Amino acid sequence: MMWRLRLAPAKTNFDFFRYQWLTFGGSMVLMVLAFVFWGALGLNFGIDFKGGTTIRTESSTPVDVGAMRNALSNLDLGDVVITEVFDPSFDANQNVAMIRLAATAGIEAITPEQITAAEAALVAADPALKIAAVESVGPKVSGELIRSSILAVSITSVLIMIYIWLRFEWQFALGGVLALLHDVFIVIGIFALFGLKFDLPIIAALLTILGYSINDTVVVFDRLRENLMKYKTMPLRDVMNLSVNETLSRTLMTSVTTLIALGAMLIFGGDVIRGFAFAIFIGVILGTYSSVFVAKNIVLMIGLDRSDKSKHGGDHEFANVDA
Amino acid sequence: MLDMPLWKRALIALICLWGVAVALPNLFYGRVEAFNDAKSAQAQGQITDEAALAAWPGFFPSALVNLGLDLRGGAHLLAEVKVEDAYAQRMDALWPELRDALRDLRDQTGTIRREASSPDVLRVSLSNPAGMPAALEAARGLSSLVTTLTGAGQSDLDISADGASLIVQLSDSEKTATDARTLQQSLEIIRRRVDEVGTREPTIQRQGNDRILIQVPGIGSAAELKAIIGTTAKLTFNPVVQITSDPNAEAGPRNKLVPDLNDKGLFYIIEETPVVGGEDLTDAQPAFDQNGQPAVNFRFNPSGGRVFGDYTAQNIGRPFAIVLDDQVISAPTIQAHITGGSGIITGRFTLEESTQLAVLLRAGALPAEMTFLEERTVGPELGADSIEAGQFAALIAGAVVAMYMIASYGLFGTFSVLALGVNIALIFAILSVLGGTLTLPGIAGIVLTIGMAVDANVLVFERIREELRAEKSVSRAIELGYSRALSAIADANITTMITAIVLFAVGAGPVKGFAVTLGVGIICSVFTALYVTRLIVTIWFNWRKPAQIHL
Repeated sequence: MMWRLRLAPAKTNFDFFRYQWLTFGGSMVLMVLAFVFWGALGLNFGIDFKGGTTIRTESSTPVDVGAMRNALSNLDLGDVVITEVFDPSFDANQNVAMIRLAATAGIEAITPEQITAAEAALVAADPALKIAAVESVGPKVSGELIRSSILAVSITSVLIMIYIWLRFEWQFALGGVLALLHDVFIVIGIFALFGLKFDLPIIAALLTILGYSINDTVVVFDRLRENLMKYKTMPLRDVMNLSVNETLSRTLMTSVTTLIALGAMLIFGGDVIRGFAFAIFIGVILGTYSSVFVAKNIVLMIGLDRSDKSKHGGDHEFANVDA
Repeated sequence: MLDMPLWKRALIALICLWGVAVALPNLFYGRVEAFNDAKSAQAQGQITDEAALAAWPGFFPSALVNLGLDLRGGAHLLAEVKVEDAYAQRMDALWPELRDALRDLRDQTGTIRREASSPDVLRVSLSNPAGMPAALEAARGLSSLVTTLTGAGQSDLDISADGASLIVQLSDSEKTATDARTLQQSLEIIRRRVDEVGTREPTIQRQGNDRILIQVPGIGSAAELKAIIGTTAKLTFNPVVQITSDPNAEAGPRNKLVPDLNDKGLFYIIEETPVVGGEDLTDAQPAFDQNGQPAVNFRFNPSGGRVFGDYTAQNIGRPFAIVLDDQVISAPTIQAHITGGSGIITGRFTLEESTQLAVLLRAGALPAEMTFLEERTVGPELGADSIEAGQFAALIAGAVVAMYMIASYGLFGTFSVLALGVNIALIFAILSVLGGTLTLPGIAGIVLTIGMAVDANVLVFERIREELRAEKSVSRAIELGYSRALSAIADANITTMITAIVLFAVGAGPVKGFAVTLGVGIICSVFTALYVTRLIVTIWFNWRKPAQIHL
């Protein structure tokens, strides 16, 4: 036998329910904590959701936050937040700062005069400074973006639930979607805990996590369905363990390739996309974890009707398709 | 022996070749872009850049993936059109007609007067309320039927009486129809103005009922774009009531005070209801007046020309004002009855100003005011940095995933890496053909696909390993591996596809770009895993006929 890189031995026989109180229970605790952080700390909404303006500056001279603040102080811009941005992909003399102006309360439209004035003041303070990007979102749009984002996550969850219900059993649908929400809420909790910027691309990341995580869970469910046909008398708990063990090698393999790709994006993809890559990275880890330790536990708790009137008699539909 | 009909092999190979050929131009982005520009210039009969034309073979595919604003740099605006503005204009236009109709009934209604009211309502008081039924009848005579699918048969005006006042406003179905027209007109005008500047591939799209999305790559800033679109460039010809130097002069009802464009101390009191508006202009050209001063020639459409002709005939010797954005450009005195619907605007213009004014007039005025809800500017350097970082990340991701797959599955891993290459080529090919837009999250989507694309292969390979353990023959194990992994592959990818579709439906801008690359990526990765890898495995197997395989 030639040498092969193996993440898991060819045949494993782990009892994935053994430390249930820690694995599943821990997950539930994390989820509750995520809600607590979310509720107590709130999310650091970007201008997509809060309205306001961000100005990204680039200069060959080092960022002097104090000087920038001074330059902007007499413009009456309200709440101004200035942060320096660091990134390994920047050149040695590339100094980047982000300036965030709060939305003017009660004003729908953006005041371009203020933005122009702010830009001019910044350039006056540092002649080498260039405006790399300016983004401005009015409160009307930001409110709509919040609503449509919540809608998007809900619709996706419901559609996935319906699909799994059609292809499997309703218990699987419930278990799968609860595992998904577990992943999404913990990611949100992490963003709340560390005060990471939460904007529109993060919603896209959450939806991607939904897609990825259900992908993982479905592979386990698919094997479970197959094994339920094969071992009709084996206790449900054992069939589940067997199924997870059989798919373990694949689960780890896929997670690791995806994490490698995302890790490359996280490290080398630049600071603009970092939050997005980070959210998906965490989501993939959680998604893998939840498909092994969360989804099936919920199915086991609900229980399955294993009498022969199962909806997919014989082999499953796709087995006979000629590929 | 593994079976695969020849036609199927040929088809798969053809699709792969097509993908690689169509994706190839994206590797030479700058060169192909210059080639495409030169070619379209040639098609329009302009001078072409021969060097750019020679740099790319003409028979070869030259479609490119569009780069989103976040990668190319440019400006993005989301504008809300104040569609209600058009209601007021309609009411103002209706007033003279209604006045004339009621004038004929003076013996029944007494004297009539337009009362102050909200701008989208025409409120007329009658000195003799007994004439109301006749007035209502006359007003109804001015209405017509709305031609919409839902509101068919409904009148375009809501006419009612309130004491001694006649109240006219647009009906709901007419308002809906007007909104659609106003938005359409705004879209057209913005498109024409942006086109006059001649930037590459602007996106000008309607969003929802009253919004317009404008994306112009390559433009310096959103402020510049707004200047081109011109938020309120609105031209009207109004009767002048009085010329004054008092900036606080009392304008009186239905009149307004507007300043002169050039002379700071000069103000005009003009009637609020214009005689003709810029929407009736068909042409405007820079010209010179009889004194050799720069001026602008203009021409009205027939109906505008008629109204303007009638007005000038009745008002010889009186001044009228040419008003642009609530500033009087000039207020010439009407010398004669102007027939034929054309005239000349003179003022203290420089040659440049007259040219600019002509362009502005020609492009037409926006039918309603716009407010900007969202604006984003990305500098070209930041976009270039993002592309560079994204490319680098994709290369690293591809290389490490390839090494990892080969280390895990040996020869089969190599096959899957080949398929991954085809997969990425196919994604770019499909995006190029669809005219899809690649955004920064889109690049992240492709990188994610690199990681997830091998998943279908992993499912198959793991399954083959399992079947091999069950001591089946190698060919049987491979066949079973593919067929048994299929249901997991299908379910897993359909659920991911659902998220891509929802993202596309509700997402905006860069997120939409991500949804497209994710969706296309799913289709391509399923195709490459199930067909391309299998074709390679089949060819290899039938060639080497191994008694056992190391997976």
